[in-house]
Amino acid sequence: MLSFDQVFTLVKDTCTHGDVVVDENATPKNIRVPAEDLKIVCQELFQNSSTYFDMLSCITPIDNGPQVGTLEIVYNLYSIPFNFQVGLKVVLPRDNAEVDTLTDIWKTANWHEREAYDMFGIKVKGHPDLRRILLPADWEGHPLRKDYKQQEYYRSIKVDY
Amino acid sequence: MNDMPTANSRRQRTNMKGLLDQRFENGGFILTKLEDLINWARLSSMFPMTFGIACCAIEFMSTGTTAYDMERFGMAPRASPRQTDVMIVAGTVTFKMAERIKRLYEQMAEPRYVVSMGSCSNCGGPYWQHGYHVVKGVDRIIPVDVYVPGCPPRPEALIGGFLKLQEKIRNESLVAPKAVEKLLAKEENVVV
Amino acid sequence: MSFSDIQFKPKPNGLKLSEPNKFKAEDLHSEEMVINLGPQHPSTHGVLRLEVLMDGEIIKEVVPHIGYLHRCFEKHAENLPYNQVIPFVDRLDYVAAMNCEHIYAMGVERMLGIADQIPKRVEYIRVLMAELNRIVSHFIAIGTYGMDIGAFTPFFWIMRDREHILRMLEWASGSRLLYNYMWIGGLFYDLPVGFEERCSEFVNYIKPKLQELEDILINNKIFVNRTANVGILPLDLAINCGVTGPILRGSGLRLDLRKVDGYSVYPELDFNIPIGEGKMGALGDCWDRTWVRMQEIYESVKIIEQCLDKLTKEHKRTRDFDPHALVPKKIRPKAQDFYIRGEGSKGELGFYFRADGKSDVPFRCKCRSCSFVNLSVLQEMAKGILIADLIAIIGTIDVVMGEVDR
Repeated sequence: MLSFDQVFTLVKDTCTHGDVVVDENATPKNIRVPAEDLKIVCQELFQNSSTYFDMLSCITPIDNGPQVGTLEIVYNLYSIPFNFQVGLKVVLPRDNAEVDTLTDIWKTANWHEREAYDMFGIKVKGHPDLRRILLPADWEGHPLRKDYKQQEYYRSIKVDY
Repeated sequence: MNDMPTANSRRQRTNMKGLLDQRFENGGFILTKLEDLINWARLSSMFPMTFGIACCAIEFMSTGTTAYDMERFGMAPRASPRQTDVMIVAGTVTFKMAERIKRLYEQMAEPRYVVSMGSCSNCGGPYWQHGYHVVKGVDRIIPVDVYVPGCPPRPEALIGGFLKLQEKIRNESLVAPKAVEKLLAKEENVVV
Repeated sequence: MSFSDIQFKPKPNGLKLSEPNKFKAEDLHSEEMVINLGPQHPSTHGVLRLEVLMDGEIIKEVVPHIGYLHRCFEKHAENLPYNQVIPFVDRLDYVAAMNCEHIYAMGVERMLGIADQIPKRVEYIRVLMAELNRIVSHFIAIGTYGMDIGAFTPFFWIMRDREHILRMLEWASGSRLLYNYMWIGGLFYDLPVGFEERCSEFVNYIKPKLQELEDILINNKIFVNRTANVGILPLDLAINCGVTGPILRGSGLRLDLRKVDGYSVYPELDFNIPIGEGKMGALGDCWDRTWVRMQEIYESVKIIEQCLDKLTKEHKRTRDFDPHALVPKKIRPKAQDFYIRGEGSKGELGFYFRADGKSDVPFRCKCRSCSFVNLSVLQEMAKGILIADLIAIIGTIDVVMGEVDR
C-alpha cells in the first residue's frame, strides 16, 4: 500500500527549487511545493508506477487577504489503484499570481484553472484557452478575492439589492 | 356566453354532446361583446415558453406533467419564443442571462405576459445580499405581470399564478381605443 | 416612476461583448459554420450554451459556455455561518438536494470531530433520504433523456412515480424540492409517524413500475438503436477528465465512493455497484450510461429496504430520541483544511473547507461539483459526431446547471 511518507519522499526528491513542507493540519495531508516545481512534481506523481495519481479531484484557490498578501492553490489528487488521496499546495504572491498549467497532465485542470482565473485572477501559464468561464467577459474584478468590491451597475442594471 | 346550462338542460343531456352542441344544435346565435370573446379565446389557450433556468424549472416540469397537468387550462408549452405568449421566468436571473432574457422577451409576439416564478426572479431570493452575479428581480429587465412567491413555489402556487393571469387577461381590452392609446403611451414611455 | 426607469435597454452589441464566441468569423474555413445552441433550448437541460463548429452535419468542435446560473455559492459560504450554508448547498444540485446536504453536513461534523458520535438512527434516516433523492435524480435523468430523443411516455410515467417520493420527502421535511432537512449534528426532525410504513408501501409499488420502465424505455429497440455505439467514452479519457459517477461506471470502472470511502452507514448495507458492460454496443456508450442509472435505481431501492428494516427494528423510534441532541450550539471548528468527498447522484461531490478557528464562518469553502467536471468531457466526446448525436450525449451526461455554475 501507498503511504504518505512514500509520496513525500518522492515529491522531495523531485523538487529542485526550494523547501518541501508537510501541512499536517489538513485532511488529506497537504505537501507544500515551490510554484516552479509544481509541474514536474505532478508529472512525476502522475507517471510513477508506485504512486500513479491518475485523477485530479479538485483545484482550490484560497485568498489569504491583503494583509497576508498571499494566494494559495491546493490540488487534491487521488490515486484510484492505490485508493490514496493527497494534496499539493502552492503559495503565490497575491498581486502577481502566476502558476503553470496542468492541463497537459490532467484534462480536468482545464476548467478548474479557468475558474481560478475568473474568480481570483490567477494567471495560468501555458493554458490553451484562458478566458473567463462563469462570469461575463466584460465583468470587472475577481469576485472571490477578499477585497473585492462589486461594481455598482452592470449594463445599466443595478447590482445591489 | 355567460349563459350557464340550467339543471333542466343538464338532465336532458342523454347523448355525449358538448355544451355548445346541445344549446345551438339547430342554429342560433350568441350575443356577447367582441372584447369578451377575444379575451376568452386568449386566456383559454395561453402558450408558455419552455424555458427553465433553475430549481423552479423542475417544479414547472411537475406542473406540466402527470400530477398537476397544466394542459387542462389549455396551456401547451412551446419551445420557440415566436410561438408563445407567456414567459415563465422560472429561476434565478443572472447578469450573464439578463440580456438573453430581454432578447427572448422581445422575440415573443404581442400581447405578451411574464410570470415571475419564485423568489429569485421576484427579488433575488436568498441571493439578495451576497449574490454579486444575481439580478435582484427580473422586473429590472422586463415588465412582469404576475409574481408567484415561494422557493420554489409549489405547482399549485404556479397554477394559482396562471389563474391570476387569466383574470388579468379577462379584464383587458385590446379593441377599445383606450388600448391603442395605452400601447402608444408605452412606446413613448409615458406614465399611464 | 416612468416606464423607462425600470426598463433595461440592451446595447446592440451587448451579447457579443459579454459572451463572445470562441470562433471568430475570419478564423473559419469556407466550409465551416458556427451554430449556437442554447441557453434557451429544451434539450440542453437548463441554461447551457454550446457553440458548435460544424462542417455540414459533422461536428468539428463544441465549446460549452457556462455561467448563466452562477449564483455565487462560494461567496455565500464565505459570508454565512456553517449551518446557514446548508440551504445554499441544497440549491447546488436541486434535483438531489439531500445528497448534497448529507455530504456537506458530514464534512462539517468531521471537522468538528463529532462524526463518530452521531446516532445510528440519524445516519440511517440520512441514508434513506439520500437514496430516495438519488432515485428522483436518476428518474429525472432518464425521463428527460427519453424525452430528448423522442420517447415521451416514459417521462410522464416517471413524473407520476416521482411525485410519490416528493410527497414523502415533503411530509418529512416540509418542502418538495429543497429540504434543509439534514442539520450539522442531526436532523431537522425525526421521521413523521407512519413514514416507514408508507415508504415500504412505496417500495412495493415502485418495483414493478421500474421493470415497466426498463421494458418501455431501456430495452426498447428504438431506444437501443438510437443510443448504442453513440458517444463512446473510453475509460482512460474518462479518468483523465476527472469524470465520476454513473458516467465513469458506464465506462466500466467500479468506482463508487459509497463503497470506496465507506462513509456514513454504507458499509453496513448490502448493495452492488453496477458498471457498464457494453451489452448493446461498445463499452461506455450512451446506452451503457443510461443502463447504469437504471440499475442504480434498483440498488437504491435495495438500500431503502434495508434502511427501513433497521429503522423499524434495531434503531426504532423511541420517546427520548432527539435528532437535535448533538447539534452544536456554536459551530466553530479548529483551524484546519478539510477536503470531504462523497457520492452525489451524479458523481464525486466534494467540499474543500478552510476553517480559521476564530469564527463561525468558513474562511473558504470550495465546491467540487460533479456536473462541472463531467460537463467538461463533452468537448472531448463530441468531436467528429453528427449533430443529432450531440443531443443524445448531453442527455447522458446529466448536467444540472445549478451545480455546474454554482
